Amino acid sequence: MADQATFAEDTTGFMDSLYTAALRMTRSPSDAQDLVQETYLKAYRGYGGFEAGTNLKAWLYRILTNTFINSYRSRKRHPEETELDDVEELYLFRRMSGRDGAIGRSAEDEALDWITDDEVKGALESLPESFRMTVLLADVEGFSYKEIAEIMDVPIGTVMSRLHRGRRALEKALHDFGVARGFVAAQ
Amino acid sequence: MKGEKDDRRINCREALHRVYDFLDGEMTPERRDQIARHLDKCAPCLKAFGFETEIRRLVADRCRDKVPEELRTRIAAVIDHEHKNGDSAHGVAKGAEH
Repeated sequence: MADQATFAEDTTGFMDSLYTAALRMTRSPSDAQDLVQETYLKAYRGYGGFEAGTNLKAWLYRILTNTFINSYRSRKRHPEETELDDVEELYLFRRMSGRDGAIGRSAEDEALDWITDDEVKGALESLPESFRMTVLLADVEGFSYKEIAEIMDVPIGTVMSRLHRGRRALEKALHDFGVARGFVAAQ
Repeated sequence: MKGEKDDRRINCREALHRVYDFLDGEMTPERRDQIARHLDKCAPCLKAFGFETEIRRLVADRCRDKVPEELRTRIAAVIDHEHKNGDSAHGVAKGAEH
C-alpha cells in the first residue's frame, strides 16, 4: 500500500511527461491541462490501492489513458485502425537514401536535422488515436511492449502491430513535411 | 540438434523486417545475435538501422512539453483540498472539474 502523505512527492516528477502525453492525446492545451488534473486527482484518491514498489509511472499512465478514453476523446466516430493506410517498411529511409538522397551525402544523424519539434509533434498527432497512443508510450516514454499492453489493456500482439503500422505512418508523415519544405525530393 | 546455437544466416529482407523489434530490445538473444551478425557484414542494412535509430531519437527528444506552472499550482491546490476534505471527496471532485 502506498501512503497518500507522500503522493505529491512521489508523483511530481512524472507531471511533465503525463502532460506531454495528454497534449498529444487531446491535441488541445486546455483539454490536456484538465486531463492531467483529473488524472492526478484520481491517482491521489486511488493511491491507497497502488502497490508501493511497483511501476508508478505505468500506473499513472493507465489512469491517464482510461480517463482520456472515457471523457476526452472526440464524440464523433473517431478514426480507428481501419483508417490508417498501410505504409511500406523504412518509408522515409528508402526515399532519402537513393544515389542523390540526403543520406548518401551525410551521416544518418544529420540527415534529419531539417525536422522541427513542431513537425515531430504534428506527425505523431496525425496518427489515429490508438496508434498515436501506442507509439507515444513506446517511443517517447520508453515503455516496454508488456507495459503498454497493461496500460492500454490490449494484448501484446496488438501493441506490436500498432507500433509497426504507427511508426511507418509516422515516417510517411515526416516525409510529407520534408517534401512540402523541399528537404526531401517528391517521388 | 547439432549446434547449441542457431547459426542460420538471415537475409536483408528478414533483418529489415525486424528493425523495430531489434531497436526495442524485444526479441530473443538468439534472434538478436543473428541480426547483429548480419549487420556486421551488411553496410546497407547497418545504414538503415542507423537511420531508424535516429528517427527514434528524434521522436523521443522532440516531443517533450513542460507543464505550465499554473497547472502545477492548481493540481497542488486540488490535492490539498481533497486531503483536507478526507473521505467526503465526491463534492470536491465535481468542483475540481471546472
